[in-house]
Formats: sequence, structure tokens, C-alpha cells
Amino acid sequence: MADLDDRALARRLHDRFGFGPRPGDLDRGADDALGRLLTAAPAATPALQLAPPAAPTKDKQAKQDANAARAADEKKLLSWWLGRMVATDTAQERLTWFWHGHFATSEQKVRSPFHMLGQNEAFRRLGAGDFGELAKALVVDPALILWLDGNDNRSGAPNENLAREFMELFTLGIGHYSETDVREAARALTGWTVKRDSAQAVLTAKRHDDKPQTVLGVTSSFTAASFVDTVLAKPESAAFVVGRLWFRLVSATPPAPDAVDRLVAAYGAKRDVTAVLRAIAAEPAFRSADTTLVKQPVEWVVGLMRALDVRWESLDDKAVKQLGTGLRGMGQVPLRPPSVGGWAAGGAWLTTAAGVARLTVARLLAARTASKPADAEAARVLLSVDAWSDRTRDALAKVDKPEDVIAVAACAPEYVVSR
Amino acid sequence: MTAKLTRRHFLTLSGVTAAGALAYGATRVDWDDLLSAAADSPLASGAGVLVVVTLYGGNDGLNTVVPAADSAYQDARPDLAYRPEEVLDLGDGLGLNPGLKGLKGLWDEKGLAVVRGVGYPTPDHSHFRSMAIWQTASPRTSVPTGWLGRWLDTTGADPLRALSVEPVLPPMLAGAKTAAASLPLGGLKLPTGKLGEAFQALGTPSAGEEPWQARAAKSITDLHSAARILGGAVHDAAEDDPDEKRDKGASAGGASALGAQLDAVAALIEAEVPTRAYSVSLGGFDTHADERDTQQRLLTELDTALTAFAKRLKGTDRGRQAVVLVYSEFGRRVHANASDGTDHGTAGPVFLLGAPVKGGFFGDQPSLTDLDNGDLKQTTDFRDIYATVLQDVLDTDPGKVIEDHRGRIDGLLL
Repeated sequence: MADLDDRALARRLHDRFGFGPRPGDLDRGADDALGRLLTAAPAATPALQLAPPAAPTKDKQAKQDANAARAADEKKLLSWWLGRMVATDTAQERLTWFWHGHFATSEQKVRSPFHMLGQNEAFRRLGAGDFGELAKALVVDPALILWLDGNDNRSGAPNENLAREFMELFTLGIGHYSETDVREAARALTGWTVKRDSAQAVLTAKRHDDKPQTVLGVTSSFTAASFVDTVLAKPESAAFVVGRLWFRLVSATPPAPDAVDRLVAAYGAKRDVTAVLRAIAAEPAFRSADTTLVKQPVEWVVGLMRALDVRWESLDDKAVKQLGTGLRGMGQVPLRPPSVGGWAAGGAWLTTAAGVARLTVARLLAARTASKPADAEAARVLLSVDAWSDRTRDALAKVDKPEDVIAVAACAPEYVVSR
Repeated sequence: MTAKLTRRHFLTLSGVTAAGALAYGATRVDWDDLLSAAADSPLASGAGVLVVVTLYGGNDGLNTVVPAADSAYQDARPDLAYRPEEVLDLGDGLGLNPGLKGLKGLWDEKGLAVVRGVGYPTPDHSHFRSMAIWQTASPRTSVPTGWLGRWLDTTGADPLRALSVEPVLPPMLAGAKTAAASLPLGGLKLPTGKLGEAFQALGTPSAGEEPWQARAAKSITDLHSAARILGGAVHDAAEDDPDEKRDKGASAGGASALGAQLDAVAALIEAEVPTRAYSVSLGGFDTHADERDTQQRLLTELDTALTAFAKRLKGTDRGRQAVVLVYSEFGRRVHANASDGTDHGTAGPVFLLGAPVKGGFFGDQPSLTDLDNGDLKQTTDFRDIYATVLQDVLDTDPGKVIEDHRGRIDGLLL
């Protein structure tokens, strides 16, 4: 399969390391795209402040009020984050999104937008740097602890949930640890406790099992940090982490062994995520035209808003609600991954049901943009699509209103799949 | 609690780390294929159809089939218990949750079987492990295939034989050689006029197209076929607003809009599609807190959907060949917790309904005083039920699907 030309490569970089190009981005070429995407992002937008959840109560009215406040805060957080995705031009926000799917934590059980925001900010702060720092922050992250029953993990009554997922899904991968390692790791993490009104988990000494544990062959009275160091020191960890980045940013087809070696070398002792992205961009497979990826629904919506220059903040309440319904219809609501394993990929997004939701969202956004593409070619340029097939060109010829042209173009296979 | 079947196997089945048939994803339903299958080899007269309803989260069996007259029940759950006059009396000191009025009607017509105390040895309290055990039918050892997936393997690996009417394929439908087809359910309100024509035209195959793009195009064509065939049978997804209260128990997955899922199944059965096993689900039963309202609301949804489905099935010959099986991964603790809820427990009731089902109680009600570390002791192994439906509904030797367990429930099916 042929390699992408420079313009298409710029488009791919924006698609995979960001949330898609804005009109005009591709004129600046691939080198420029990579440089801008991998620049440290300025903290431009105002930070979001959320209050901790109310204390549990038996009072019915107070309970209802607390539920309503929780739901309102979740919407606030969701809007704030989606707004950032639409507005941010660097890889930072895309990596925040990636890590949310990786350390998949759902508000459905956490029930504290305050702690979900804390986790989200940790992804943003640490997600482009040293994976070790990120992993150490996450192993004691309050939202993750609530999600994986860390509060129930006590000396004498260990709960394995967090320890198991941490090795299996977050840092090491299946098959590189034993059931004994899971039990011992759970003991190492006993006592980390989240209070509803505190932004930090605390180590409660009397709940912590301070007798030595043996994890992955290392015997020590582990701290959370030394446990993470031990896991990440396993050679399989680096390949696992770069493999997950590849899976979400490049292709569902795993990287070739020699590519893994190069990516692991880039990751290096500093566990540098940005260096991995740079190495990915240099891989021959990344330049190949057949390295395609089905856009996740969030990526499709945010990318479309960027292409149409529709800012999240410009949407009225009704449109926000309809977009939320659309995302649910497509099967992906941020802050609510279906399980700790994260969202599906590939063909899972190409369902009949998603097709209707996609068209509804496309029409909604098409009605809110100032862009008025008159024909297929104008829509192709607007959405930064490399080329239309004759099929899509024929389909687009059936409509004449600019908003219909946009809606059909956005639902075309050439835009739903990132080439 | 020993955990013989590990969480990772559930995740393996869930596609996190794809294995076996799921590595390539489920066969997406092609509506034209489904309907031409119905035309070429329609569901045979007399061929049983199994509809499995999974209740995700661990439905509280004691507040579903309620031993309201038992003082041990009242004592264990002072604020959570239903009083005897609140439940719908079934006899034997048991009554249905007040949300299950339609099922009570079926019971009175001898159309509802209640299998009591269903579980498995050495119960596991993890949602994922216990659900994996139920879906793989392998409590002792972990296996990468679901029980209906293995059944599919034995029937010639035709993915159309089993169908998931859920957005995501459940592990029970993944075999070693094949995975069931999946029919995602959603809104089918399509635009008309020029826009509608243009949208439909996007589904036209394009020669030599990249595979994912080709699939995206095919999904648009499938969508139009689905809309044409099912018409109003499938509900608009937009109506399915998330319910704050039901989310209390939603951490363990599962779908909503059960009525819409069952409507689609009924339409397919009536169309004589040759599918023999269907999977649908309802989530939200993980009621650790504020259980009573949440569970009753969910049971009412279950009741409304099942009652309408049962009524519709009665109307056609093929519908009268169908058996519905309703289960959850576990029941809940006998004692309420400190949050007006219950924590993960063990055995629970299983419902079966449909024309071939003999109504009444099967299995013994577990004791509320002879407990295993605060949990009910199971009286019926769930594999007995599976073996019975495999043999009597799917006409398959259960030994080919369930390897290390023998046992069935005689008289459950007519």
C-alpha cells in the first residue's frame, strides 16, 4: 500500500494525536503538525472547580438534592472537558482522553464528579510525560480507588480488585503475573482510603498491612510507589504500554516486533510518553495508507466540531442535551466507560444503531456552523478528507442545502474512518 | 472465597484482550442475510427457540420471590423487607415483588416456572467472575467460551443460529469457532427526501474500498434494511434517557430498554428467522444502597417487557415454540447493609416462561437460618437448567456443551 503524501500525513497526525484538523491546518504540512501537536499545552482555559459530594444522609429530601447536584456536576464536567477537546490543538487533550479509556473509571459507580475531575486533571498534568509518575498518581487516585473497591482493601481483609486491574489492564498485561502476585499486591495496597470530601486518598496506618509482601519476585514492605516501580520494572510493561498507545492511536493491528523494539527504546528509562508518540510518527506503518482506525464516537463528534468551527460554549442547553443523547446512541459517553476494560474499538462502533445517532448529531452541528459548503469538493476540504469515493460523490450530489451536504459528508465512510 | 475463574477471563471474553472467535468481532447482522435465511431455511415448525434474559448487577432474589411471612426475613431486613400483605402470593409462604404483577398473572395461568435457590458450588461474590461462571457454565475451571457459544460450535458454527439484541456481544455467545451475530438496537428514525436518499446512498459498496470503510458503508445499508423490516418495532434510542436512580445499581453493566429488545426478538421469531437462541439484558441490579425503590422500578420494567413479550409470543405458532430464561449472576446477602441496600450474595431464583414451560415451583427455597457465612445455600445448580433447555428447547445433548456436570430438572418443560 502506498505511503501518505505530506498533506495526508498532516491530516493523520491531527486525527491520531489530536482531535482532528481545523480548516487550513493541512496547508502547514506534516512537520509543522507534529511540532505543534507535541508542544506542551498552555493552561489556557479556566480550571473547573467542583465541590466535593455532600455527606451521606438518611433524609430523603437531602438525598434527592445531593443526587441532583451530582448529576449537575457531572454535566458540568462533561461539558467542560468536551469543550477543552474541541478547543485544544495539542496532543495533551487527546492523551487525557486516551488515559481515561486506559484507566477506565466510571462515574456510574464513583458518584463523585469532584473526584472524577481530580483524576481527569491528573491525566492532563501527567499524561504526556513519565508513565511511572502517572501510574503512581493513579494507584492512589481517589476516583480509581472508589471504582475498584480500594476502600474495602484492608489489612486482614484484602480486596484484590485494584491490584489485579492495575497489573492486568493498566501496566503489565495478562500472563505476566500470577494469582499470588495479585494477592500480595492487594496486601501492598491495603489501607489507601478515600474520604468523600478530600481530594487526596490517605494511607490509614491501622488498615495497612505492613508485613513484607512478595510481588513479581521482589520481597519488601511495599509502598504504593515501590509497588508501581516493581511492576514497571518488568520488561513486559514497556511493550504493554506502547502497545496500548498503538492500539488506540494507530491501528487495531499490533505493531510489528521490530516496531515494538523501536517504540520501547523511545519510551526508555524515563518512560516518556511524548517520545513514544514521536517514535510512532516516525514508524513506516504510520505513513502507510492502510493504517486505518475507526474513529471513536467522541473523536468523531469533537473532530467534526473542530472542522465546522463550532465551539462547545456556543451550544445552547438543548443542543448539549441532544449531543449527549447522540453520544449515548453511538455508544460512548465520556466519564462512563462500560467497564474497567474501557471502550470497544473498530467494528464495534460501526453498528446500525450508531448510524442513526451519527446522522442526528451531524445534522445538529451542520445547523450551527457558519461554513456553507456548496458541493462535495467544498465539503471534502472543510472536513479535511483526503478523497471521496465515487459512491460518496454521488451521494453528495443528491443534496443541495449546505447543511445537508455537511451532514452526509460527516456520515460518509471516508470521514467515519480515519485513513 | 476461592476464585477459580479469574476476572481476566471475563475480560478476555469481553474483548479487552480478544481471544477465540471474538478476536475478529461478532458477525454483524446483515438484515438481508437474516431475511433471506428466513426465506431459504425458515425456523422449522416445532424447533424450540431460547430467549435468555440476563439481569446484570446481581438481582436481589429475596426481594423478588419474597419469603415475606418468614420472621427471619423480616428480622434480617427491617427497613428493606416487604410485608406479607404487600407481595403477590404464590403459596408456600412466598410472594412476588409488587412490581411483578404481570408475572403473577402468568403464574396464575400456570405459565411461569420459578426455580428457587439457583447457584453453583463455592459461590464467587465478584460480578465479573460470577457472571463469567454463569455465562461459561464452568464454575470450577476457566474456559474461554460461553455455553451458547459452545452450543453454536456443535451446530455447525453458523453465527445466525444465535443472536444478541444488545449493543455488545455477551460472553455467553462466544464459541471457540464462532461467535453469535449481534443486532444492535437503536433509533431507526431516518430522514426522508433528498437527505434520506443521499444518506442511503452512502451505503452503496465501493469497489476496492478499505475494509473498515466498507464496513461503515455496510452498516448504513443494514440500517436501512432494519428500518424497513422492523418498522416501528424498535424504539427510538432518544427516548431512553438515563435514570438517575437506576444508575445506583448500574456499575456492573447491562442494557436498558428491555421492552425494545424483546420487541425486536418477537419480530424476528415471527419472521421465522432461523435463529434458535437470543440474548437480551437489563442492567442496574447492583443495589448496594437505597435498594427498594430501585429494584422495584427495575422489576416493573422487567415485568412490563416480559408480559408483553409472552402475550405476543402466544399469538403465533413460532412464538409458542419459544422459552424465556431469566437469571442474574447472583442474589444478595440475606441481611441488609447499613445503606438500605444489600451486598453481593449467592443463590437466587430463575424464571422460565413461554408456552412449553410448566408453571410452578422447582427446586427448594433456601433456608434463611442455615446460612453459609451470611449467604443462602444454593439448592439447584444452574447447569441443571441449562442442560434442560439445551435438551428440551435446543435439541442438543447437554454433554456436548456442559462437560463436567450431569443433572437436569425433569418436568420443567412440557
